Amino acid sequence: MLAHDQDSLKRTPLYDLHVSLGGKMVPFAGYDMPVQYPAGVLKEHLHTRTKAGLFDVSHMGQLALRPKSGKVEDAARALERLVPQDIVAIAAGRQRYAQFTNEDGGILDDLMVANFGDHLFLVVNAACKAADEAHLRANLSDACIIDALADRALIALQGPKAEAALAKFCAEAPAMTFMDAGPHEVASIKCFVSRSGYTGEDGFEISVPSGDAERLAKLLLENPDVLPIGLGARDSLRLEAGLCLYGHDIDTTTTPVEAALEWSVQKSRRTGGARAGGFPGAAKILAHFDGGASRRRVGLRAEGRAPVREGAVLFADAAGGEAIGKVTSGGFGPSLSAPVAMGYVPVSLAALGTKLFAEVRGQRLPLAVAAMPFVKNTYKR
Amino acid sequence: MTTTLYTSDHEWLSIDGDVATVGITDYAQQQLGDVVFVELPKVGRALKKAEAAAVVESVKAASDVYAPISGEVLETNEALAAEPALVNSDAQGKAWFFKIKIADKSELGGLMDEAAYKAHTA
Repeated sequence: MLAHDQDSLKRTPLYDLHVSLGGKMVPFAGYDMPVQYPAGVLKEHLHTRTKAGLFDVSHMGQLALRPKSGKVEDAARALERLVPQDIVAIAAGRQRYAQFTNEDGGILDDLMVANFGDHLFLVVNAACKAADEAHLRANLSDACIIDALADRALIALQGPKAEAALAKFCAEAPAMTFMDAGPHEVASIKCFVSRSGYTGEDGFEISVPSGDAERLAKLLLENPDVLPIGLGARDSLRLEAGLCLYGHDIDTTTTPVEAALEWSVQKSRRTGGARAGGFPGAAKILAHFDGGASRRRVGLRAEGRAPVREGAVLFADAAGGEAIGKVTSGGFGPSLSAPVAMGYVPVSLAALGTKLFAEVRGQRLPLAVAAMPFVKNTYKR
Repeated sequence: MTTTLYTSDHEWLSIDGDVATVGITDYAQQQLGDVVFVELPKVGRALKKAEAAAVVESVKAASDVYAPISGEVLETNEALAAEPALVNSDAQGKAWFFKIKIADKSELGGLMDEAAYKAHTA
């Protein structure tokens, strides 16, 4: 945590709303954020899976990359210097998941990149946003104007009732499919809307000017299907969905291949592709693609009821032996009513069903390598 | 005739002769949120005052429950394994954690009565 001092914590444009709704405020990535509301993490989680949840994710960074040439392909080509994804192929009105990599093939941050037709729109993690902006300025200023969109809030609306809740204020929302993204009016406010999220559920992320954020959030919350959801349930939802949390499941020491994110690296950037390599750490990352990595991020299900949390050391045997890996995220999955975790293990122990043990309070608890997502996602394809 | 005492760590003890029944307070369960798992000490374990005796876990985090006094664990509440949410619904009743044989009654002197505990959590 960067800041413990309440006075130095930043507030999002929805801070007053959180407090008025009874949000329990905690420091997170330098912001004073709601970890839960009076309903509690368990109910908030389950409500998001059955109805709809509204999340304030305004602490995240929003940036525009505007091509100096006026051609969005030039911004896309420039961004490809920093990420192993095919950015040129993102069609106008579409969005893609990406990672900034470093020279060692590790991950500096993960992000969303959308093509808005004349520029690219990026959403990055709160804790990394200053470093990401500096990284973009240092490397892409020849081709792009980098605009940090500090005066925008970000609201996620997630769950099976999200579409109906948003459709009331945005007629175009129902026609969008997973990873569609672009400017849309919501309640006559000029927003950027994408059909995406961090819960495994169908839903939307809405970038809204800061001054209109509270009004929009209140309009959406008037719908009885929509409840405010805190960071606690955001974490349990993304964990059940098998999604990585930066700084925990992925960081500067994990390559995209080790992190089991191969699906996010298009063939055009891999060995033999039209624009193979050309991103930081390409030699190591492509070697991992071609020859395999020695460890891998896997899902883990416990046999018992005790949650296995971040930092728990993994072993191959019930007693003795060397540590083989570590849990990077773990807790209780409310939708499964069972513990769920993810962590890194040697590839020889990464096959589905492999029995492992996690040390929790001096005891080795049995686990098995399990498929992710733990809860089936419901994206609208 | 039983007396109920409290610790500053939000445990309650119901004293009946030389046996104390121990649990966490309603205030504690509210702070924890939805309880999803409880780990209890083994029957027969000799607990020392202030050592970690049990663990209570919410969706978010694990918290230790400390032995409020020294003594041998006589019995644990098996109902909590099947229904951890009892801690939320009846923290100071059905959701007792364990019973211990009080080793040293003088340790009770440092505990709070209900009025003092109310002031502590106010």
